[in-house]
Amino acid sequence: MQPMIQFQNVTKSFGTQVVLNHISFEIPAGKLTVILGPSGEGKSVLLKHIIGLMKPDEGKVIVDGVDLWSLSDKERTEFRKKFGMLFQSAALFDSMTVFENVAFPIREHTSLSEEEIKSKVLEKLKMVGLEKAIDKIPSELSGGMRKRVGLARAIALEPKILLYDEPTTGLDPLMTESINQLIYETQKKLNGQNSVTSVVISHDVESTFRVADLVVLLYRGQIIAEGRPDDFKNGKFTHPFVKEFLRGHFEKNI
Amino acid sequence: MFTSNVPSTNSPKTSRDFGKIILSFIHELGEFLFFTREFFHWLFQRPYRSSLIVQQMEFIGVRSLPIILLTGGFTGMVFGLQTGYAFRLFNAGSFVGSTVGLALTREIAPVFTALMVVARCGSAMAASIGTMKVTEQVDALTTMAVSPIHYLVVPRVVASVLMMPLLTGVFIGVGTFGAYIVATGLLNIDPNAFMQKLTYYVDFDDVFGGMIKAAVFGFFLSIISCERGYKTTKGAEGVGLSTTQAVVISSVSILIVDYFLTSWILEFFSGDM
Repeated sequence: MQPMIQFQNVTKSFGTQVVLNHISFEIPAGKLTVILGPSGEGKSVLLKHIIGLMKPDEGKVIVDGVDLWSLSDKERTEFRKKFGMLFQSAALFDSMTVFENVAFPIREHTSLSEEEIKSKVLEKLKMVGLEKAIDKIPSELSGGMRKRVGLARAIALEPKILLYDEPTTGLDPLMTESINQLIYETQKKLNGQNSVTSVVISHDVESTFRVADLVVLLYRGQIIAEGRPDDFKNGKFTHPFVKEFLRGHFEKNI
Repeated sequence: MFTSNVPSTNSPKTSRDFGKIILSFIHELGEFLFFTREFFHWLFQRPYRSSLIVQQMEFIGVRSLPIILLTGGFTGMVFGLQTGYAFRLFNAGSFVGSTVGLALTREIAPVFTALMVVARCGSAMAASIGTMKVTEQVDALTTMAVSPIHYLVVPRVVASVLMMPLLTGVFIGVGTFGAYIVATGLLNIDPNAFMQKLTYYVDFDDVFGGMIKAAVFGFFLSIISCERGYKTTKGAEGVGLSTTQAVVISSVSILIVDYFLTSWILEFFSGDM
C-alpha cells in the first residue's frame, strides 16, 4: 500500500509538556484511517501537523511525497489545495451564509461562473442533506448542521485528503450516527471519482470501529497500536492501555 | 533579622521581573517584525483582493466620516477660540487663520484622525480577527489554501493607508472651517485677514507632510491592530485583551512615530522655515 502521509520521528512540545514523542507511522492512500485516543493526548496536534498548521520541533511529516516545511510560504499555501478539513467546531465563517461558506473555496481556487458555483454548492449540500439551509447563517444552525455544512465546505473542491477533527464530539447519538454515515459515504462517493485519503481524529471507539479501514491508537504522545479493526478485535495488541481503552466496546460487541 | 531579610530577597526578584519584562518586550517586538515581514511578502501576491479592499475602505473611510466631521469641527472651533482670545490681546487676531491652519495640517489633523480611526476601526480589526482566531476560522482559511495574512490583513492595511490621508484632509477642511466660524463670528476677526494669513502661511508642503503622516499612521495602526488580533489566544477574554492592547499600543505608537516623522518632515520638506 502506497503511503499518503508519513510521520518520521516527529516530536512536538509545548513548554515542558511533550505532546508528540518521536512518532513514526504511515497513513495509506485511498483508505479511511482513524487516529484514536483519549482526550488531551495530542490527536488534534497530530492532525494539525499533517496540514502544516503546526511545525514539528523534530522530524518530518511527508504528505504525498512532499515535506510541507521544505516549501516556501506560497508553495505551502498552494499545496493545501489537496486538503479538505472539518474542524471540531466546524469553524464556519460566521459572517457568511451557508451558501457563501461552501462556495468560498470554489470561488478562491477556480474560475467557475456563478451558475456553475451554485450548482456545485447545491450538489455538496445535497450530499450532506442541507440544501434547504442554503441561505441561513451559521448562528441559526444546530451543532450537527454546522458540522455537515463544514463537511460540505471541506469536500467542495473534491480534495485528495480529507481530515476530520473529532467529527462526532458533542453530538447526540442520532446525529453521531448520521455524521458517521456521512463520513463513510463521502469516502465511498468521492472514491468513485478519485482516490481519497481520509484521516479521522476520534475518541469515540464505537464510531471508529464502524467506519475505519485502519486504526491508530495514540497514548501519551506515542503510537501504541496500529492495525485493521479486526486486529484490535482479535486481541493482536498486548499493551495494557489498548485493552483498557477498548474493554467497554468489546465487552458489548463480542 | 526578619526585616533585614526583606530587601535582600526582594531586590533580585524585582530585577528578575524587570528582566522578564524586557525579554517579553523584545519577544513581542520580534514577533511584530516577523508579522510585518509576512505582510510585505503577501502584499503583492495575486489575486489582488480589490473587493475586500473596497469593503474595508468603506468601513474605515466612509463610515468614519461622521466622527471625523464632529471631532474635526469641534477641534477647529476650540483651537480658533483659544488662539483668538490669546492673539487678540496682542492685536494679532488675523494670525488665527495661519496658526490654526499650520497646526491642523502638520499635527492635529493627522494625529487626531489616527486616534479616532484607532478607536473606531483598530479595535474592530483586532476584535474581528481575534474572534476568527479563537473560533478556528483563521485556521480554516489556512486549510482552504488561503493565507489569512493575504485575506484578512492585507486589505485592512491597504485600505487604512489609502483612507487615512483622505480622512485627514476632511479633518483639516472641517477644522479650518470651525476655526473660521468661531474667529469671524464670535471674536469678530476680519474674515479677509483670516483667509489671507491662512493661504499665505499654509502651503502645499504642509498639507503634503500631513498626508504622509496620515498614511504612515494608517499603516501602523492597522498592522498593530491586525497583529494583536492575529495573536489572540484564550477565548473571549483573549479577544477583549487583544482589543485593548490594539488600541493602547496603536495610540502610543502613533505619538512616538509622530515625533520621528515630524523631525524627518521638518528636515526634508520645510528645511527653509
